[in-house]
Amino acid sequence: MDMVNLTIDGVQVQAPAGSTVLEAARLAGIHIPTLCYLKDVNQIGACRMCVVDTGARALSAACVMPVSEGMKVRTNTAAVREARKVNLELILSAHDRKCLTCVRNKNCELQTLAENLGVRDIPFEGAVNSYEPDLSSPSIERDASKCIQCRRCVATCHNVQGVGVIGQVNRGFNTIIAPAFGKGIGEVACINCGQCVMACPVGALREKDSTKEVFDALNDPEKVVIVQPAPAVRVALGEEFGMPMGTRVTGKMAAALRRMGFDKVFDTNFGADLTIMEEGYELIHRIQEGGVLPMITSCSPGWIKFIEHNFPEFLPNLSSCKSPHQMLGAIIKSYYAKTAGIDPKKIFNVSVMPCIAKKFESKREEMEVNGVRDVDAVITTRELARMIKECGIDFVNLPDESFDDVLGDSTGAGAIFGATGGVMEAALRTVADVLEGKDLQDIDYTAVRGIEGVKEATVTIAGKEIKVAVAHGTGNARKLMERVKNGEADYTFIEVMGCPGGCVTGGGQPIVSAQKRMECDPRQVRAKAIYEEDKDMPIRKSHQNPSIQKLYKEYLGEPNSHLAHELLHTHYTDRSSVR
Amino acid sequence: MPIDRNGKDKEKFQQLQAVIDDKKGMPGALMPIMQNAQEIFGYLPIEVQQFIADELNITLSEVYGVATFYAQFVLEPQGEHVIGVCLGTACYVKGSQAVLDKLSEILHCPVGKTTEDGKFTLNATRCLGACGLAPVMMIGDEVYGRLKPDEVEGILAKY
Repeated sequence: MDMVNLTIDGVQVQAPAGSTVLEAARLAGIHIPTLCYLKDVNQIGACRMCVVDTGARALSAACVMPVSEGMKVRTNTAAVREARKVNLELILSAHDRKCLTCVRNKNCELQTLAENLGVRDIPFEGAVNSYEPDLSSPSIERDASKCIQCRRCVATCHNVQGVGVIGQVNRGFNTIIAPAFGKGIGEVACINCGQCVMACPVGALREKDSTKEVFDALNDPEKVVIVQPAPAVRVALGEEFGMPMGTRVTGKMAAALRRMGFDKVFDTNFGADLTIMEEGYELIHRIQEGGVLPMITSCSPGWIKFIEHNFPEFLPNLSSCKSPHQMLGAIIKSYYAKTAGIDPKKIFNVSVMPCIAKKFESKREEMEVNGVRDVDAVITTRELARMIKECGIDFVNLPDESFDDVLGDSTGAGAIFGATGGVMEAALRTVADVLEGKDLQDIDYTAVRGIEGVKEATVTIAGKEIKVAVAHGTGNARKLMERVKNGEADYTFIEVMGCPGGCVTGGGQPIVSAQKRMECDPRQVRAKAIYEEDKDMPIRKSHQNPSIQKLYKEYLGEPNSHLAHELLHTHYTDRSSVR
Repeated sequence: MPIDRNGKDKEKFQQLQAVIDDKKGMPGALMPIMQNAQEIFGYLPIEVQQFIADELNITLSEVYGVATFYAQFVLEPQGEHVIGVCLGTACYVKGSQAVLDKLSEILHCPVGKTTEDGKFTLNATRCLGACGLAPVMMIGDEVYGRLKPDEVEGILAKY
């Protein structure tokens, strides 16, 4: 690689040719503030927060300024500091500054900048952004009053996710980021992935809050309130309490949920094992009986809505399986209610998800059995953290506790659902055992792990070659589906997760600042913790979970049985007319 | 009247299709296509913007972003005659606001809107580049200069 020599604040730096001053400064350990910059997603030099002196007549935006040989950069002159500060004061002057009651209070990049740049007074008076919040979606709230027009959400929605339902509208001070023609975000082909929320530096995009519904249920003595956290929650929740990224807090999380007053603490990982049974056998049947292939996974509700809007011709390829938390919800209100002697109507199921699309999913009309909703409320990892704080629980010092019996028992296969490639790997572990009729020992399918956008592998099971593909992020999934559509690929089984990285970096997870995202990749750090969870499990294949075996023996019969279909499977809707 | 792609507006969409086929692939094709579309339809309704987006393989939000950024693009049907009263500095100093107010009063039409009979759309514009004739207005392509408010009624009568 060609290297370029430059000086930043008197420090000699060697940086790869083509890199930016911002990147080079990091190599020298020099911190340049940013706001609209989001690594690999948005580099447009718009906010002017990263201006530096390169000796040119005007200051340059470091995030887009390429390094050159012999360049002398100064990042800390009085003029530079003053320019940044005035820019920030101007942005703040139009911002709806109700920080105390903002969901991003203490986790806001604008607030942090105001602190770091020493803003103690906002000298500019004038119009302040004021718009009605958009409450049209069950998953996402948009509040243009808080928007600073950094375009990070727009770049994510268009370029990363290939969805593109929000964009800049109007001009000058009247510019807002919104869907076209004044529509609400719930009225367009938004897939509810929430990656815009993850990209937003302020509180302009946020999840629809469901914490009140959950607190109300917990306060209702008539209700039996049952909770289930998803696989990815346990490797990220700790971050909300200041623990390092990638800390596993499975035991503390179970303890916290119990202290919050949930009557039963079950585990979506059990639902994941159950999904593997249903989906694995569905795949086997499709292969053996000439069913529609490639079969495509159906765990990710963002992906489901994406395919419903964009590739309706592939709906028959989707596995008919509900997602793990919906499956477990249905089992709690049928099997568990029956064995525990509880009226299913009194049960209030709460799912803790790394995902905001799950809020939409749980409200889909298909997600009920005989008039009983599978899941009553979905809260995100962030909302759970807020509730734990509100309850005054000292999370970091909690002892480790375990999940409640039977529906809280899971395997390593269930754990890895949280990372891209995990559902594929978990399914292969079971499908291979079933088709070969033995307990295979080589169960780490590493070819489907990692953060490459589209992963492919060919696995040989019982002498037959099976081609599989894994995509994460709907932008990557779109490319993969175009290839399948054009007959350029002949896969048997495809896993798609709507969010880049899979659930570990889902739209409901702790928000990682742009600064932090320059230092590490949360997709990798959190996934590492997921695979550690898997390794530490005594059982790592879903079909070997004794509680799963018990459920089939006592209640469901066998995978894909009539009762299993009634409780655990679903159907999809062509939404291609909504754009 | 709503846009009907397969009925009354079929021919217009065919014209637009020809424009797109001609310009597709050239850099910066979106703007000229939108300008042509506006000439064909008179405005840029959602159906037309969606058509352009689909044909260029971009999103509706991109097309809409451009449509709302530039003042030349309009999202609602325009009157038969579009009146633009210049509120640029020279015209404003020479009293164009009074001309605009008079027009609004006579036409019973707020600025930026279209009369009920669909005959006139009344707009305030930035500098029209005819400062020597201030205050200036345009009706369609016709320029009227050195206007006095009590002259406008007679001018409107010509249309």
